[in-house]
Amino acid sequence: MTVRTEPVMAAALPKAWSAWQATGVVALLVIAVIVPFAVSSFHLLQLTMVVIYAIALLGLNILTGYNGQISLGHGAFYAVGAYTMAILIERAGMPYWSIVPVAGIVCFIVGFLFGLPALRLEGHYLALSTFALAVATPQLLKFHALEKWTGGVQGTFVPGFAAPLGLPLAWDQWLYLFSLGIAAALFFFAWNLLRGSTGIAITAIRDHPIAAKTMGINISLYKLLTFGVSAMYTGIAGALGALVAQFVSPDSFTIFLSLSLLVGAVIGGVASIFGAIFGALFIQFVPNFADQISKAVTWAVYGLFMITFMYLMPNGIAGFLKVIGERLRRRRNS
Amino acid sequence: MDTFLHQLLSGLANGGIYASIGLALVMIFQATHHINFAQGEQAMFSAYIALTLIQAGVPYWAAFLIALAFAFIAGVAIERVVVRQFDNAPVLAVVVVFLGMLFIINSLAGWLFTYNVQAFPSPFPVGLGSKFLSAHEIGMIGVTLVTLAVVYAFFRFTPLGLAMRAAAQNPEASRLVGIRVGWMLALGWGLAGAIGAVAAIMAAPIVYIEPNMMAGILLYGFAAALLGGINNPWGAAVGGFIVGVAENLAGAYVVGTELKLSVALVIIIVVLVTKPAGLFGRTVVTRV
Repeated sequence: MTVRTEPVMAAALPKAWSAWQATGVVALLVIAVIVPFAVSSFHLLQLTMVVIYAIALLGLNILTGYNGQISLGHGAFYAVGAYTMAILIERAGMPYWSIVPVAGIVCFIVGFLFGLPALRLEGHYLALSTFALAVATPQLLKFHALEKWTGGVQGTFVPGFAAPLGLPLAWDQWLYLFSLGIAAALFFFAWNLLRGSTGIAITAIRDHPIAAKTMGINISLYKLLTFGVSAMYTGIAGALGALVAQFVSPDSFTIFLSLSLLVGAVIGGVASIFGAIFGALFIQFVPNFADQISKAVTWAVYGLFMITFMYLMPNGIAGFLKVIGERLRRRRNS
Repeated sequence: MDTFLHQLLSGLANGGIYASIGLALVMIFQATHHINFAQGEQAMFSAYIALTLIQAGVPYWAAFLIALAFAFIAGVAIERVVVRQFDNAPVLAVVVVFLGMLFIINSLAGWLFTYNVQAFPSPFPVGLGSKFLSAHEIGMIGVTLVTLAVVYAFFRFTPLGLAMRAAAQNPEASRLVGIRVGWMLALGWGLAGAIGAVAAIMAAPIVYIEPNMMAGILLYGFAAALLGGINNPWGAAVGGFIVGVAENLAGAYVVGTELKLSVALVIIIVVLVTKPAGLFGRTVVTRV
């Protein structure tokens, strides 16, 4: 019995890496570190956003892909992270690097609390309530009682800084490396979290909640923690995003942001850590590409790309690559 | 007292729009267990068709009917061409496909009809208005009630309506008795598209017409569908009227207009947490 179910579970979880996979990751990191010295500042800005989106998508992926809770409202957590950064720099004068963990903690708490009603919601119901959260976010940010802190409709500027320790780097170069370092740490943390017993519990809840419960997994606690961790990731991404944009305003965090995040997570590939990177590349570059194809109907072209991707790869880019990889391996073995 | 009555009644008028959108959403959900995020955009596009015809000199009600026919055909086409390709795809892939359609329709509308906010004519004579309701609001309630009645009669009294209900409820058994389930689904999409179009054409004189006009309305439609019970079409209609009134009263007396959309969020969460099946829905029991 156990033998039959084990491969299913194992397939869903990140495994220990083979030698060439580890080499690939190291090579990717080395290239990523060299990049800021090789490209124009505009391209650097785009790549910084890819890194930041990758963090946000990984957060969403932990919740939606591994735990099976669909969220169409992660833009709200991104916004909370961004506003935490802006407000604490402007009003409290804290150094930007110390705010990153604060934003993470704030979003963990917000996510945990939003997870409480979400505990009773499944599938479509959760999708709809988080959709409502995303639609309401700009209005909540404009709310006049909070205007003293948020800057209301006008938003708040976020200043730039100098690279630390007298490093000979421009602010945008430093910001890219800073984000990359945080992303690497968070990816490692997620990988470690998901391959251990916590990861098994999280995916077991997705695959069979009742069986998970009989195995003694505290479903409510794990779901809440997953929601919190997921929001924490997305919030940290939001905090970094505020530094990049140097500006936060309610209309930067519309429903469109939330939808983009979900699109990125699904197209990149759910329940895959590297899917987050593919998804981030998609939501950063495909709109630009669509814009080059047609200025008049950019978003129609983008929508066509989304539908085509889903038609060709229903399990996302990561899922598609996995199938290809397995086919190659089987051919080599036979 | 007069203001209160005014708010209450115009809430009912808006509620009619939410009821129609809610009904359209529930019809598709019942048949396919998917939530059509592009429902609002389909409706918006049909309203633009109506506007273009009216501006070209077609009489209002003729334009209205042509737009409905267009919405119906477009709905059928979307089901046949796009949606059915994803019958066996994971739920999340289907959500992304609907979002893709939302982007496509929205962008096409902006390109064809511009993003400018435009006025939309109302067919109802001003003399119809009273102290509490404008002429258009009265007409809107009337049109919504007629639409609901027609849809009810269609499903209750015609063989085609019966076949469609059967196909949604039990596809395998329906296929065995010779119902073409695939086409019934497509017809359901067409009908939902037409009902949505009625909502958008009725809403347009109030919210004005622009490609993003339906975003808020769609959200209230979701709230209506959940409040009434997502597996009960008539519940969704009643839910729409309740949401309309609640939104208007809360906007006037509790939170002010700037937080109106958050009312929908609160309604959705409160309903789902306290009574997940909705007011009139049945509780789904899953066998283990």
